[in-house]
Amino acid sequence: MRGFRRYSTYRAATLAGVFTNSVFGVIIAYTYIALWDVRPSLGGYDIDQAVTFAWIAQALIAPVAIFGGFVVDELAERVRTGAAAIDLHRPVSLLGLRLAEDLGRGAYHLISRGVIPTLLGALLFDLVWPDTLGTAALAALSIVMAIVVSFGLRYLLGLLAYWIIDIQGPQWIVVLSQIFFSGMMLPLVVFPAWLRTIADLLPFRCMIQIPIDVFLSDSTGTAVAPLLAVQLVWIVILLTAGAALTQIAVRKVVVQGG
Amino acid sequence: MVDAARGFVVIAGAWVRAALTYRTSFVIMVLVQVVITFLDFAAILIMFSHLDAFGGFTLPQIALLFAMSGFALGAADLLVGNSEALGRRIRDGSFDQMLVRPVAPIVQVAADRFAIRRVGRIAQALGVLTWALLSVSIDWTVGRVVVLVGAMLCGSVIFCAVFVMGGAFQVFAGDAAEVSNAFTYGGNTLTQYPLTIYPTELVKGVTFIVPLAFVNWYPGLYVLGIDDPFGLPSWFQFASPIAAVVFVVAAATFWRIAVRHYRSTGS
Repeated sequence: MRGFRRYSTYRAATLAGVFTNSVFGVIIAYTYIALWDVRPSLGGYDIDQAVTFAWIAQALIAPVAIFGGFVVDELAERVRTGAAAIDLHRPVSLLGLRLAEDLGRGAYHLISRGVIPTLLGALLFDLVWPDTLGTAALAALSIVMAIVVSFGLRYLLGLLAYWIIDIQGPQWIVVLSQIFFSGMMLPLVVFPAWLRTIADLLPFRCMIQIPIDVFLSDSTGTAVAPLLAVQLVWIVILLTAGAALTQIAVRKVVVQGG
Repeated sequence: MVDAARGFVVIAGAWVRAALTYRTSFVIMVLVQVVITFLDFAAILIMFSHLDAFGGFTLPQIALLFAMSGFALGAADLLVGNSEALGRRIRDGSFDQMLVRPVAPIVQVAADRFAIRRVGRIAQALGVLTWALLSVSIDWTVGRVVVLVGAMLCGSVIFCAVFVMGGAFQVFAGDAAEVSNAFTYGGNTLTQYPLTIYPTELVKGVTFIVPLAFVNWYPGLYVLGIDDPFGLPSWFQFASPIAAVVFVVAAATFWRIAVRHYRSTGS
């Protein structure tokens, strides 16, 4: 709840973000239309599904923090200033606290920067919606899991600051991978086979490609269970690693500043 | 004007020296910029693995449009891209300090925290441009060379004006940096593709309202020797300088109004 309120305070910033997501939604939708016009059913999508992909991907950018930031910068900043010492005294786990905060942030970004551009997209284009409530619920679950995967990555990255202080290098590598291998740049279904194989081995597709495939599953006939399983496996891996690393960080941390 | 240029060079120079002090960091940041901006082209390459032509244009032709737009945005981003941060400066009160210093506020806004790493985008665009020029078939004339070089300069000026307008807008709208992103990075994304893939209204919008089509589309058509698919007047293909001048005047006016209307947050 605190995370939700913290981000909902900045309304102008939110509106600006909604506007930008919508502009990009329009541009990218037209590029996909041009592509699928020439190659209908490319990658198993039809034109409407591809356009839906463009809009839902825009809607997910902020909730799953494709461009990074949030938890990462804060953890790193607190290491640099020494505030990290206080975090380690708190009666709740650092991971649990940050996760709760980030879910609040994600929920806010989903409602504001996710729902509004999608509605606008629905006004301008023919979007494909889930046929049944069951699929809609699974898509919602998949989106929540996408936010948790994204949190897991950002938390690990932030924890790195306990060891190397300046995490800009690794941070950029993760952001670049997130942009390219999540499906945000282009749906992974149009990737050449070798690149698709690489993308499938990485956690980034949990953030955009998988939730959208679940969203579209009624009309594309994609099996949902394996997709959700992939997300769950990555959540377990990332959060377990996060918890273990937190333990090590507590033991070895050298608090900066005074 | 000379004073403004000198002020810019002095302030920006200090930031360049600061950036170059940590050489490894600097090299990495430039490489990151090159890679991140190249990802857009990688997406186009992947699209072309399924197509022979996109919106009626071949890959080398699109590469030329892509590079012209990328260069223009890159140059503008390097020179005045920091105007995006005006919202933050207004919030923390540091814009007040700029207003009392003896250098024009626009120069300070642009030059403060001057980020030389942004040459990465320009380098990437020039790389794609080189490839495009080597692989595209153009019947080169002096006119085409002049239009190409002129468009890259005018395009940079047009994007500079967009950045400045975005900064000025934040005086009224508060922390709305992302609105200008829609026109700068959004405009760049839009013009990376041939405008034939968009509806006519959108093409008219980027011709008559925000003249982004003059960055690469109209001059690009002339350089490539393609008739305007929308049938707009052919003199548009030489009109980039006019569009640039008109838009700069509009941006300067808007900036002046914004600075005059500025109320400090008082912090």
